[in-house]
Amino acid sequence: MAIITIREALNQALREELARDEKVFLMGEEVAEYDGAYKVTKGLLHEFGSKRVIDTPITELGFAGLGVGAAMAGLRPVIEFMTFNFSILATDQIINSAAKMLYMSGGQFNIPIVFRGPSGSAYQVSSQHSQAIESWYAYFPGLKVVMPSTPADAKGLLKSAIRDDDPVIFMEQERMYGQKGEVPDDPDFTIPLGVADVKREGTDVTIVARSLTVPLALKAAEQLQEQGVSCEVIDPRTIRPLDIDTIITSVKKTNRVVIAEESHPICGVGAEISAQLMERAFDYLDAPVKRVSGVDVPMPYAKNLENLAIPDVNRIVAAVREVAYLD
Amino acid sequence: MATKVIMPKLSPTMEEGQISRWLKKEGDKVSMGEPLAEIDTDKATMEMQALGNGVLRKILIGEGQSAPLGQLIAVIGEPDEDIAALLSEAPAQPQVQDQKEADVPPKAPDVAQPQPQLQDQKEADRPPSAPNLAPANGRQPEAAGSGRMIVSPLAARMAAEAGIDLRSLQGSGPGGRIIKRDIEAVISKPKAAPAPSYVQQAGASAYRDEPASQIRQTIAKRLVTSLGPVPHFFLTTEIEMDRAAEMRKGINALDPDLKISINDIIIKVAAAALIQHPQVNASFQEKIVRYYEHADVGVAVAIEDGLITPVVRAADQKSLSQIAGEVRELAERARSKRLKPEEYTGATFSVSNLGMFGIDEFTAVINPPEGAILAIGAMSAKPVVRENEIVIRQMMRVTMSCDHRVIDGATGAKFLQTFKKILENPLYLVV
Repeated sequence: MAIITIREALNQALREELARDEKVFLMGEEVAEYDGAYKVTKGLLHEFGSKRVIDTPITELGFAGLGVGAAMAGLRPVIEFMTFNFSILATDQIINSAAKMLYMSGGQFNIPIVFRGPSGSAYQVSSQHSQAIESWYAYFPGLKVVMPSTPADAKGLLKSAIRDDDPVIFMEQERMYGQKGEVPDDPDFTIPLGVADVKREGTDVTIVARSLTVPLALKAAEQLQEQGVSCEVIDPRTIRPLDIDTIITSVKKTNRVVIAEESHPICGVGAEISAQLMERAFDYLDAPVKRVSGVDVPMPYAKNLENLAIPDVNRIVAAVREVAYLD
Repeated sequence: MATKVIMPKLSPTMEEGQISRWLKKEGDKVSMGEPLAEIDTDKATMEMQALGNGVLRKILIGEGQSAPLGQLIAVIGEPDEDIAALLSEAPAQPQVQDQKEADVPPKAPDVAQPQPQLQDQKEADRPPSAPNLAPANGRQPEAAGSGRMIVSPLAARMAAEAGIDLRSLQGSGPGGRIIKRDIEAVISKPKAAPAPSYVQQAGASAYRDEPASQIRQTIAKRLVTSLGPVPHFFLTTEIEMDRAAEMRKGINALDPDLKISINDIIIKVAAAALIQHPQVNASFQEKIVRYYEHADVGVAVAIEDGLITPVVRAADQKSLSQIAGEVRELAERARSKRLKPEEYTGATFSVSNLGMFGIDEFTAVINPPEGAILAIGAMSAKPVVRENEIVIRQMMRVTMSCDHRVIDGATGAKFLQTFKKILENPLYLVV
């Protein structure tokens, strides 16, 4: 198995799917000539040509709509948002067209489209360019929402997303493109959507983490192990559909849950997981479910404040100790 | 803000509670979840926890005094807070307070002292979590006021499955929340006997003092009202048990689930004999003699720290299988201390069986106001003379203790004769 970055893993997935199925094409701002703002589409224009890898003007609502139309016509577009902050402009096409077309056409039109790009906090780009909005998209029936945290997950899940017949929101983490990890060499390696992954096994506390907080949770688990607390770290990987069963199985073992997420707490994915645990695992909880979320403020620009607004290892450790009744 | 301390409901049948002792003095600092006082209910002494933080400003009900549920018994508040308005709610009890102080003035300082380590231990175990929680959550767990128990869902379920009474537990979580580890502690060591420390004394055996449990005190109180004031006399007879044993075997062979014991048969036979001898199914009550319509038979059950006699009501009207099922269920709950008071009081007659310990015969102490109790010894094979020949029979010795105020020698003897006749020929039960 090769050790590569998340950036390279995504690039491999796109290349393999472009080669595998000629209906697949890429479209977005700077994806072709410039190799992508984050270099995820590096070399693909050269390899597949300008019919398959297409630069667009700065018109998110427009090219998202083009993608939905292409998907209705039988193609498999992969639309890149330079960041998901700009997808906010395209939400009418994503939510009102892509998500609802299959339902409103009485099953006549599948929309096999992927909207992908970086999301979550970046480094000092302030409030408008540094936010986690997965709960927006996870809210709507008709959409699938994927958030990988490792190179292998990124590759396997992106390939599944492109092959999926429904619209998939594929959220990469802006800070994590350089993260390295082992990726299977098999060109047909995929990971099914909707299946959580136990990133670390443990017995005392379950930490549910996604995207940026997965490596933080794993570091916290290591520190806690030295303090005699065994943590199980679960990455749902797909937010919708959510693999709540894997989380519940873990909670039945550990009886305590910490949810780590960089998004705001109110109406967030953590709130949803917490509610489902209350409904389905109440009798197994020995402590209230504890969230470690991004702070409920617009992301500050100042470095020191930005650090305080994003979950870190210490906050996860403290939350675990609290639900384990250690302090 | 001041917190009212009210007499909490510590058992389902409790109507009032008696302050066994205060674990805090007026002026002591208290924090949420800390033990504040020990309260006697009918069968147990329970710890009452503080449901607020501050200083124990005023104790309204002294040690040894009782208060009905919900009555204000103390006030917790800030050291300089005006609590006059709260105090005015309390029923006027100044004499109680005075009396108590006049009666036992040296007691107050004793209160806090007997268990300083206990307090310290608790201090080390718990309080850091409660105060720490406040800034983290911005609020305290809501428990104040109602005397409500805080328990995690998991702990509640584990306790229900293990038959543990949550009221007997002290939670170690924030705000006194009962959590998984508290239940596990009870399950893993059913009797975490605090390491007994023996008092050494020169030239004599070392000893240790343990506070007599509430049930031990109750047994002591009840029994001195028996053997002292109740004039006992004893009648012993030996009963051939072969047929009863055979019947038991026969019934259990019909349905192995029945699990009828010899003791169940004895209860049934005693009930039948009592109905034939109403003078024995009676109780002396000062100026009257009370005769009972039914035989409510108390069955002595040994439990962890004493004994208790759950009652089979109207045993004369119940079938053997009903009696067996009921006794088994009552004994089980007696051992886990989950009997309701009405289930262990008001028998008209009792049976105590030490046969399983190999006791040949013994005398039992009457449980007033019952008129008699039957002490059952072990059944064993013995050579006996039948029709001038020595044969082997299963023999069992029983001794009846009678209250001579209601039962005379001949009356008791006739009852015992009937009892023996039926037990030796259990077919009488169906005649």
